Amino acid sequence: MTETQLTLSRRQALKGVSAFALTLVAAGLLAPGAHADAAAVDAAIKKLVKGTPEDGKIKLDLPQIAENGNTVPVAFEVDSPMSKDDYVKTVHLFAEGNPSPEVASFHFTPQSGMARASTRMRMAGTQNVVVVAEMSNGKVYMAKQQVKVTIGGCGG
Amino acid sequence: MLSRREFFHLAAATAALPATALNFRSAMAKQKVMQQDLLQFDSLGQVTLLHFTDMHAQLVPIYFREPTVNLGVGEVRGLPPHITGKDFLHKYGIGPGTPEAYALTDQDFTSMAKSYGKVGGVDRMATLVKAIRAERPDNTLLLDGGDTWQGSYTSLKTGGADMVDVQNALGIDAMTAHWEFTYGVDRVKELQDSLNFPFLASNVRDTEWQEDVFEAIKYFDKGGVKIAVIGQAFPYTPIANPRYLMPNWSFGINEDNMKKRVADAQAAGADLIVLLSHNGFDVDRKLAARVPGIDVILTGHTHDALPAPVKVGNTLLIASGSHGKFLSRLDLKVEGKKVTDYNFRLIPVFSDVIEPDKDMAALVQKVREPHMAEISRELGHTEDLLYRRGNFNGTFDDVICQALLAERDAEIALSPGFRWGASLLPGQAITVDDVHHHTAITYPNVYRTEMTGEFLKTILEDVADNLFNTDPYYQQGGDMVRVGGMSYTIDINKKIGSRISNMTSLKTGAAIDPSKKYVVAGWASVNEGTEGPPAYDLVSGYIQNQKVVKVPDNQTVKVVGA
Repeated sequence: MTETQLTLSRRQALKGVSAFALTLVAAGLLAPGAHADAAAVDAAIKKLVKGTPEDGKIKLDLPQIAENGNTVPVAFEVDSPMSKDDYVKTVHLFAEGNPSPEVASFHFTPQSGMARASTRMRMAGTQNVVVVAEMSNGKVYMAKQQVKVTIGGCGG
Repeated sequence: MLSRREFFHLAAATAALPATALNFRSAMAKQKVMQQDLLQFDSLGQVTLLHFTDMHAQLVPIYFREPTVNLGVGEVRGLPPHITGKDFLHKYGIGPGTPEAYALTDQDFTSMAKSYGKVGGVDRMATLVKAIRAERPDNTLLLDGGDTWQGSYTSLKTGGADMVDVQNALGIDAMTAHWEFTYGVDRVKELQDSLNFPFLASNVRDTEWQEDVFEAIKYFDKGGVKIAVIGQAFPYTPIANPRYLMPNWSFGINEDNMKKRVADAQAAGADLIVLLSHNGFDVDRKLAARVPGIDVILTGHTHDALPAPVKVGNTLLIASGSHGKFLSRLDLKVEGKKVTDYNFRLIPVFSDVIEPDKDMAALVQKVREPHMAEISRELGHTEDLLYRRGNFNGTFDDVICQALLAERDAEIALSPGFRWGASLLPGQAITVDDVHHHTAITYPNVYRTEMTGEFLKTILEDVADNLFNTDPYYQQGGDMVRVGGMSYTIDINKKIGSRISNMTSLKTGAAIDPSKKYVVAGWASVNEGTEGPPAYDLVSGYIQNQKVVKVPDNQTVKVVGA
């Protein structure tokens, strides 16, 4: 299984790694100030990908409710043969509650074998996590899930 | 052997009962219920599953009043278990005034309790289990849904060891867990080693290596049927309870993990797949629709008691109540890896008509004896019926909020919406034991702090969304946080941030000001290092000072959209 640890360092590009290259746009995660929203995520998607995203192909693995908002596990897998003619090119990770909506972009090649990755995010509050996959044939897929960050203490 | 004692003098009742409801027809004709009536059952198939859950360390008989208000939202609005009182009786064809009406609803509770007596007691439970095992020696599995180690003085003092002894004596075949984890990881591992049966939790992984912490599946052979029992611990334990007690364990519903476990069980050749779950009823109902292949889900956590299974696709959902008040019996006929027939009964453990099992009674005596002087100490009396269950308030919580306000000189009190805690009838003495039934936790400290009006609203909105989120996977179980010193309105059908309005201070009659700070007392904080006296001591002291506890009718929460 391909697993990449996302470090919360400033803008950092890991290009040419054999399995896949990971571009971090995590800068600003810890910065104070205004948060993004759904509209900002929409704008960011329009800026990064061509075409209208469809539902499907992407499986998200993230908690409904975060156990620890400081380090929320986020994983995805995109259904694709990953052949020379049909593969996942790029997967973008967005968070509506992030200071900047773009969290990370993952670049894949047919040699990646499979289009999956996992990382951890810091989340100050409840928000939607949006994953967008660009395929080699130009199709674009999207998946979204809310992750709640709660005060806790009242179940039982 | 079987008791011939006649305890139940039934009120007139003429309701026809469905075959799946508690079958007291013949008993009612004779105006009494006896042990053999409770055990009456038409055996069927190769497998008998016995299930209880959420016992909350109740060793001896208690009163337990079911909720008046238990609302469901979205797709489950008005579906079991979100029906109560008269609607519940109507839905299941139960006559008012009958033993099953007493067991399953809040209707006319005080007078019914006086007629029908207490419920539960592990010595009575043991009698039922032994009798059914004697009848079905090679077919029976006894499964414990968790929340067994917490909820009493003795469980707190022994760190859950008293309940482990009871579980071993009952001959439990497997358990899963929730409150068990609040003893901390070291204690859980220690107690797990002294169990004669597996502690199953397929959804608990260590955060470092993402490896299973506990056994996930246990296979049994009963009546020639290979049974896979998958355990699912409460998914939100590190959120609803203090994370610092289990810092390196990750939980979650994890549907994909469940699909994998089911596939594993199928690959291992299981004929029958049983999920022993602490998800909560609505979570399990959704899970059953999305994870095919589970034959039976033994639900827990939300304390619902249903006299008939709820069917989702081919999955049977069983809800066995709480506090040792019920024992579920599900007989299954399994053919070609499918359940082709079943018979079910939710057996109420009516303490007064079941002969206590001698060995278990001796064990209970042994466990309680060293603490008897303290737990039997009378603190005062109650003038009103005290209970906890209900979405927005319970009278025992009203007493706790009174105590928090008075003893910590606060304007507003917050008490968690726990669903465990026995009931007390008007006129009953309140003992140290009784107070612990509502407060015995490992993080009991009562804080006194300042909160802004805005933060108070955030708390109410947050908890309301745990209860009334239309997606069950976002629900944590439990009820609404109990509030003293403040009234509010809640619209259960709105979204988070807009459910709560009209927050008003009862002391001043003024609207709660978002920017103003209020002195708040509360307990069961999930934050490490919370300071203050333990809730059980504070509430005990308050009752001792009051001598007689009175609970005025609570009109402080106005509910919209129910």
